[in-house]
Amino acid sequence: MEPFTSITSVAAPLLRINVDTDAIIPSREMKRVSKEGLADGLFSGWRYLSITSREPNPEFILNQPPYDHAKILLTGRNFGCGSSREHAVWALKEWGIRAIIAPSFGSIFQLNCVRNGVLPVIADAETIEKIAGLVLSDPLTNRITVDLQNRLVRTPSFELSFDIAERERQMLLEGLDMIALTLKAESAIEAFEQTDHANRPWAYL
Amino acid sequence: MKTKTIIDKLWDVHRVQSMSATTDLLYIDRIFLHERTGSIALRGLEQAQRKIRRPESVFVTMDHIVDTKPGRGDSTTMPGGEAFILATRESARKAGIALFDIGDPRQGIVHVVSPEQGIALPGLTLVCPDSHTGTIGGLGALAWGIGSTEAEHALATQTLIVRRPQQTRVTFSGQLRQDLNAKDLILHLIGRYGASGGIGHAIEFSGPATRQLSVESRLTLCNMAVEFGAWTGLVAPDDTTFDYVAGRPYAPQGVQWEKAVKAWRQLATDDEAVFDRELEVDISSLGPQVTWGTSPEQVISIDGSIPLISSSTDTAVREAAQRAMVYMGVEAGQKLAGLEIDVAFIGSCTNARLSDLRQAAAVLKDRRVAPNIKALCVPGSSAVKRAAEDEGLDKIFKQAGFEWRESGCSMCFFAGGESFGTGKRIISSTNRNFEGRQGPGARTHLASPATVAASAVLGRIGHSGDL
Repeated sequence: MEPFTSITSVAAPLLRINVDTDAIIPSREMKRVSKEGLADGLFSGWRYLSITSREPNPEFILNQPPYDHAKILLTGRNFGCGSSREHAVWALKEWGIRAIIAPSFGSIFQLNCVRNGVLPVIADAETIEKIAGLVLSDPLTNRITVDLQNRLVRTPSFELSFDIAERERQMLLEGLDMIALTLKAESAIEAFEQTDHANRPWAYL
Repeated sequence: MKTKTIIDKLWDVHRVQSMSATTDLLYIDRIFLHERTGSIALRGLEQAQRKIRRPESVFVTMDHIVDTKPGRGDSTTMPGGEAFILATRESARKAGIALFDIGDPRQGIVHVVSPEQGIALPGLTLVCPDSHTGTIGGLGALAWGIGSTEAEHALATQTLIVRRPQQTRVTFSGQLRQDLNAKDLILHLIGRYGASGGIGHAIEFSGPATRQLSVESRLTLCNMAVEFGAWTGLVAPDDTTFDYVAGRPYAPQGVQWEKAVKAWRQLATDDEAVFDRELEVDISSLGPQVTWGTSPEQVISIDGSIPLISSSTDTAVREAAQRAMVYMGVEAGQKLAGLEIDVAFIGSCTNARLSDLRQAAAVLKDRRVAPNIKALCVPGSSAVKRAAEDEGLDKIFKQAGFEWRESGCSMCFFAGGESFGTGKRIISSTNRNFEGRQGPGARTHLASPATVAASAVLGRIGHSGDL
């Protein structure tokens, strides 16, 4: 997994609540048994003028320079709710988004982000609106830094510290492969199974 | 010491080891996959040259992409769909895991199949790369949806690293009206506390009204806990649960069954146990619920009016409402009842079990759907379909003008193939009314199967009392 330490970028405000994973990538865009080739379908219902063409909708923020190069997304609460499709994160990442700042996230989506080197940052809605205001006034000057090492979001006018579980922070910083790590706990898993099998034999097929 | 909730008890039984102050490594008893996301997890595992740790605990079904038209095969109208089916079949064969393939009598929607076959049991942990996995909480299991990468983790290690959730107890008091469905209950809850009302929480549904629900209804209730933002939801197992599970193909038998039931009886939340949050909802005056917007939280009683936008103090909520009204072609203050529809859809992991089909059929008996309405019934599993046919429900649906399909997720979501058409207004027994969920511009109104059936007959949104 690609490590995440710190990024500085234009941030794109998409200040809507309950942006679901169907909106992030509609089911019709998931055409192959693959984690790749999904950026084109990102937000396709909003990003393109019709389902049959790829004509960009000029109203949509990610189609507007300089937001079309944003690596940071500012958004509303419950971002990534709905379907568990990891394609939502794969599409965002392939398009270029590496950090998402929201008041809250859909729980499966949030974990999917961490497992793919995308940083979910939780901040209150008021602060996000403040950042968005700064960005919209001059997006290129008011670039935003998301610094995971120091757990800070930096804007030209203020700083904001954020919480993230230490384990997830380490994972992201070092780009760790969780499965490889857990496989090292094999003896603990085996020991658990032995005891558990005796206690709950019906649970074992 | 008697101070544990059912969630604590399930958690503690499955804890392999602590990973951090907030996370534990939990043992996973069952893993279910489907061809949409399971195919990717299995392929990812193959590419990493990792083995499935306990193949006998893993099951796969075809539901998301498989066609539901009679006489179906591997081909589907969804672009690229067949590749998912073939890849899943090939990976399942190589991995030596049980596959409920097209044509298998056990095939169906994953969350309908796992309880039906006794693969999901009270007290187990079960995961699936599908957000509606919490459905299985209806049996008193700890079940939750995960991504494909997490599914690879579960397959390779039989464990997941899980953050300990906060806990909410939702107590439903009063008596649910006979003509209502658990769908009305959960929609009401989401409407009251919002689609993010349960974020970070595991929910125990309890109270007299919950206890009176059948297992199928409890599955419906827990199915939409994710639409409440919850990590999962569950209902403590009781005699209703044990009666449901007994004798199912994969359920324990004989001495094992006795032992299991004895253990399952201990799972109830202790009297003194404390939740992080308690919500009490009196449902005695609850009427049929129908969504008006593009989030399940945008829901009202069928006789009510769409709220005035200015009634919310939250700017984000007002803007979302404004957008939703434009998308849905409705206005603040408008009544939902009487709104003309194009399509009526009964199906999905939420509301396509036998009891749901019975409720809809009771409304449809000796009636016809209104002219120009496309009406579809897609049983939740092949077994549900057979059971419904044994009772003659298929005839009622067909005589009323409904299509009677093979089992699968079908038009719960639009995947680029079969479509109701752009901008159609759909009354649907499914779980998500998101923009574009059922097709480009499609306007989805979520409701119970009985409300869908009544609306199909009326040609407009309405309930059985209007017939």
